[in-house]
Amino acid sequence: MSDAAIPSPARAAPITLVGPIAWVRTNLFSGWFSGLFSLLLLFLIVKWAMGFIEWGVINAVWSVPNNQTQACRELKGTGACWAVITEKHRFILFGTYPYEEQWRAFLSILIFIGLFIVSAQRVFWRKELGLVWVGALTAIGILMWGGVLGLNYVPQERWGGLVITLILATFGLAFAFPLSILVALGRRSKLPAIKALCVLYVELIRGVPLISLLFMASVMFPLFLPEGMNVDKLLRAQIAIILFAGAYLAEVVRGGLQTLPRGQYEAADALGLSYWAKTGLIILPQALRLVIPPLVNTFIGFFKDTSLVLIIGIFDLLTAGKTAIIEPAWQGFGIEVYLTVGFIYFCFCFAMSRYSQNLEAELNRHRVR
Amino acid sequence: MGLGLNLRRALGAVAMLGALALPGLTQAQQAPVNTLEAIRARGALICGVNTGLAGFAQPDSQGVWRGFDIDYCKSIAVAIFNDASKVRYVPTTAQSRFTALQSGEVDVLYRNTTWTLSRDTSLGLDFPTVNFYDGQGFMVKASTGLKSALELNGATICVQPGTTTEQNLSDWARANHISFTPVVIERLEELVAAYVAGRCDAYTTDASGLAATRAAQPTPADHVILPEVISKEPLGPAVRQGDARFADIVRWTHFAMLVAEELNITAANADQALASDQRPEALRLLGKTGDLGKMLGLDNAWALNVIKAVGNYGEVFNRHLAPIGLQRAHSPNAMWTQGGLQYAPPFR
Repeated sequence: MSDAAIPSPARAAPITLVGPIAWVRTNLFSGWFSGLFSLLLLFLIVKWAMGFIEWGVINAVWSVPNNQTQACRELKGTGACWAVITEKHRFILFGTYPYEEQWRAFLSILIFIGLFIVSAQRVFWRKELGLVWVGALTAIGILMWGGVLGLNYVPQERWGGLVITLILATFGLAFAFPLSILVALGRRSKLPAIKALCVLYVELIRGVPLISLLFMASVMFPLFLPEGMNVDKLLRAQIAIILFAGAYLAEVVRGGLQTLPRGQYEAADALGLSYWAKTGLIILPQALRLVIPPLVNTFIGFFKDTSLVLIIGIFDLLTAGKTAIIEPAWQGFGIEVYLTVGFIYFCFCFAMSRYSQNLEAELNRHRVR
Repeated sequence: MGLGLNLRRALGAVAMLGALALPGLTQAQQAPVNTLEAIRARGALICGVNTGLAGFAQPDSQGVWRGFDIDYCKSIAVAIFNDASKVRYVPTTAQSRFTALQSGEVDVLYRNTTWTLSRDTSLGLDFPTVNFYDGQGFMVKASTGLKSALELNGATICVQPGTTTEQNLSDWARANHISFTPVVIERLEELVAAYVAGRCDAYTTDASGLAATRAAQPTPADHVILPEVISKEPLGPAVRQGDARFADIVRWTHFAMLVAEELNITAANADQALASDQRPEALRLLGKTGDLGKMLGLDNAWALNVIKAVGNYGEVFNRHLAPIGLQRAHSPNAMWTQGGLQYAPPFR
């Protein structure tokens, strides 16, 4: 009798119901059709992966002496010539930045990445974060330009590579986002002049492609300036990107504002809140939360769109990669360079996308409950 | 680069429209300004160059600009400052180059720019000289045994669309009663791959481009550049119109490099020539007599400094263009004494 009182330990569920085998059974081989299809896909994936490993690892050439690319050319496409990356990686990352000073550009990239990581942590979302940004961007400016603290001055036209991509994207979005919130609010304003101005701005900018805006900034704009006055080429491109991103983000934010039920506005009014208190405390926190996916979508899009600055002769990451393979010795190794550049873009975009998924889940936890 | 050529053309048209719509502004650009003084005050020459073209202007693995055009930028900096490092290179695209010059963003453009009447007159530019005579040619595989472009009747020819190259090709074919099938591919890399793979019998572009492509092949000897040149592409520097003094400096720096070659003065033997060469023109070139430098507003030793820093024309050509496979002998770029077109007026 007393034996029976001791509960037997819980038994694990049968492996046909939980665990990897069950997962494979229910998801990949639930019927003969899906089973066949899974096998076919598996076969194609393995075949492709083996081909890629053979090309990219087994047959690959990792370095060649003194720009002698004969070893690479003899592969005739059966193996990758990663030697082009070994030789050109510093040019792809830093462009024409003076070789001995490239640690400064490298440090700037690290500061950028550190800044992104710090800003991504919700525990750091305080007023001081603004100061951190100002400090970090100042440090990057000092590192890149130099001219103080014993650093040699490096003019803007020598900057290039990944650091240009990060500068254009970070400054572009950092300035475009606040701008877009103001424009989105302005577009819903009851003041006709402000509303008209915002509508005009959004529609004008959205009505032209980014490439033509960049082209205007680099080719038309200087003609309007008085003789001898020059606005830096990078700054002109940066402003064009800010204006363009601002218009697109404004429409995303406006979407969030419109989705919010009227009751929220009316409740805020009933509490007697001023316009800015209502917007800052009630409307924006809810509206922005709703539009995280499209916002990040636009962010990712703009991160990649910065590569269009190639049209005005700025060496961003992609242009630097293309320029690296102009030298006759290295012509024809485009695939290796594009794969590498694509991988760098992917790292940044994938990180942004994963982060937004987490953020979305965290901020909307009260909804899914 | 990489950009659609049709897009390029469209953008070019936009720029043209812009230039037409702003006559007042284009006029304003032509007000006389002293470029030389501006360069001296700034302490550096700003040189507009190609964003990357093998042999002419390209950054190496360390990010240092090298090439034929780059050496010419250096020659102007040396003539003014006697310091080849006092140059800032601004990469310009085909679309942005003329605005960069007109707006004063760059002082001089060394960017494979063809000197044409319309550019010389309507853009507010001056072309002081020609430092490289290019022209459209054909490349075929050596195995075809072709000796002349006139034997290309019935051939398939690889060409980039929307460029003057395509226009020149069809004009030439019509004039010579040659029928051909064009294979039109937008991206240069794919175009070359198509030619190499045998999708077309011949590949046509400017001779400098053909030479660079040929040099990049595993066995360059498998490809032959045919002797016919079907268009004139005189490439040279461009400066803003209205500053004759600076244009003179750009023009005569090139001539100094030509005369140095004529007199067999090289970077290596320039100092020796200065000490012992008694030929009157050498004395004037090297600044011992004649005060020619002063007349340009420069130091009398300007030409000597240029020769010591970058060498004479032949040296610059051999350093950058010979390695990409460009032949100088029997081409328009040979000295006039050897049947070419490179000819400098006398130094006196």
